[in-house]
Amino acid sequence: MDSIQDAGRYGRQYLGVNPSGAMDKYAMQVANVLAGNDRNDAVIELHFPASVFLFTSPLMIALAGADFSASINGEPVPSNHCIVVNRNDVLQFHRPLNGARAYLAVRGGIRADEWLQSKSTNLKAAAGGYQGRCLQKDDEIFTGCLQEELSFLNKEEFRVLPWAADSKAISDSSQLLVLPGPEWDIMTEEAKHTFTTTPFITTRQSDRMGYRLLNQPLQSKERQEMISSPVCFGTIQLLPDGKLIVLVADHQTTGGYPRIAQVITAHHSRLAQLMAGDGAWFTLTDHATAEELLVKQEKHLQQLQNACTFRLEEYLHAANHKL
Amino acid sequence: MIDSAFPYRIIPIGDSSLLVDYGNVIDEAVNAEVLRRFRQLQQHPLKGMREVVPAYSSLSIYYDVFQLCKMVPEKTTVFDWIKNELQHRLQQPALQTEESHKLVRIPVCYDESVAPELPAICASINISREELVALHTGRQYRVYMLGFLPGFAYLGQTDERIALPRKSQPHLIKAGSIGIAGRQTGIYPLTSPGGWQVIGRTPQAILQKTDDHNLTLLQAGDIVEFYPITSDEFESH
Repeated sequence: MDSIQDAGRYGRQYLGVNPSGAMDKYAMQVANVLAGNDRNDAVIELHFPASVFLFTSPLMIALAGADFSASINGEPVPSNHCIVVNRNDVLQFHRPLNGARAYLAVRGGIRADEWLQSKSTNLKAAAGGYQGRCLQKDDEIFTGCLQEELSFLNKEEFRVLPWAADSKAISDSSQLLVLPGPEWDIMTEEAKHTFTTTPFITTRQSDRMGYRLLNQPLQSKERQEMISSPVCFGTIQLLPDGKLIVLVADHQTTGGYPRIAQVITAHHSRLAQLMAGDGAWFTLTDHATAEELLVKQEKHLQQLQNACTFRLEEYLHAANHKL
Repeated sequence: MIDSAFPYRIIPIGDSSLLVDYGNVIDEAVNAEVLRRFRQLQQHPLKGMREVVPAYSSLSIYYDVFQLCKMVPEKTTVFDWIKNELQHRLQQPALQTEESHKLVRIPVCYDESVAPELPAICASINISREELVALHTGRQYRVYMLGFLPGFAYLGQTDERIALPRKSQPHLIKAGSIGIAGRQTGIYPLTSPGGWQVIGRTPQAILQKTDDHNLTLLQAGDIVEFYPITSDEFESH
């Protein structure tokens, strides 16, 4: 289930085209920044068991998001670093240590099919990414990596560059902050209390469209037939049986279930990294807090980008002048 | 509080989008107002607005908190600020932009070969196939909104006599299938799981993936008429 994704396909939801894009956009951007890319360049989103990659030319890569204990030629390599790899190096993933989705960025970006200004894979429409589908054995992926800047590499082994991105911001907590949704008041007072005080478990019926949760059933005051209205990433819908669904990257543009709450944008990354069987809980917050956390996350990414760009340029300059 | 022919409320959907809600109704006049406001906002976007999406009786607006936080005064949330901007905008009369009202005639094969459950459906509502076809093709439908799948148009409303309940379990529905759910009817642009009852299929392409400017055959506000074709005509289309 590995696929090519970028920041998503926006602007055509009015035609029913869902945004797709990386599940964990924060980790996707960290991977890109480490590889010296534009933050929204296309990356490969990996689920465990993940693909094995054979590099057919020298490249600079970076891994971020979930830790699947990666190795190159059998030697463990860390996430959140830029790595210079050689021709014939093999990247593999051995065990899912934490998180559900890892991101592989390559300097210069992944070359992929573009559909409606995005390279994200839309499986339903079979468009974007790698021929509109998930990656398969023997697929050949091209990148925008410039070989000249890696001419210093010669026959050397791969190298892990010494600086790292701070990954703490990603998923160190199972608390998801939420804001009340348009149909929040459809729940009884007791259901509201249950919703915010009891944990839930992510079930196996969870994918890039949505997560079905195992939660204490929630009562609604009235059974109101809802007509289709807009939904987005992080929308928590209440099903008729009192169970919950949280919508994620491949969600439809509109839905017909009550939208009782919405996971704040700054916690989409945590949401994206939940695996089947993981427990978590929802806590209500307010707009000021949600916006502050989102702005903080964005500023952190900008600082990281500045720092990484500087370190990478310095490194490449020094490496190429030693020759 | 709002002095308008179309009362609405503005409510947040999380921290990066908001909803203009005109009530939970399927109504042509309300939908026309939603589409006027949609076009108005598309032509003159609010600052920081990323996207606007119309539905039956609501609009959602996606915005960029980081871009807007710099122009919002302290102690004000971006949500309050953009809500205020939007309220100003909605107080102005909606632009009387030319609503497209394009009339689109769509051929449909109402045959067991493409809609295997048709006999069972007819039996369930105690109607002949001919009557069902006459009722389904006998009126014009409004495209209220697009959603669910790229190019999927929600059309309303069908004659009450052919209103059908949704299936309790989604089943795999082939591209081009014409479905009914309640008094809505629609066309599946792509093969997909779905809960609507299938009464026929069109050979007409609903989604043109390679044509960015004419991506979907239908747009919200269009008028649709179905006309029957035989299975031979379906095959040779």
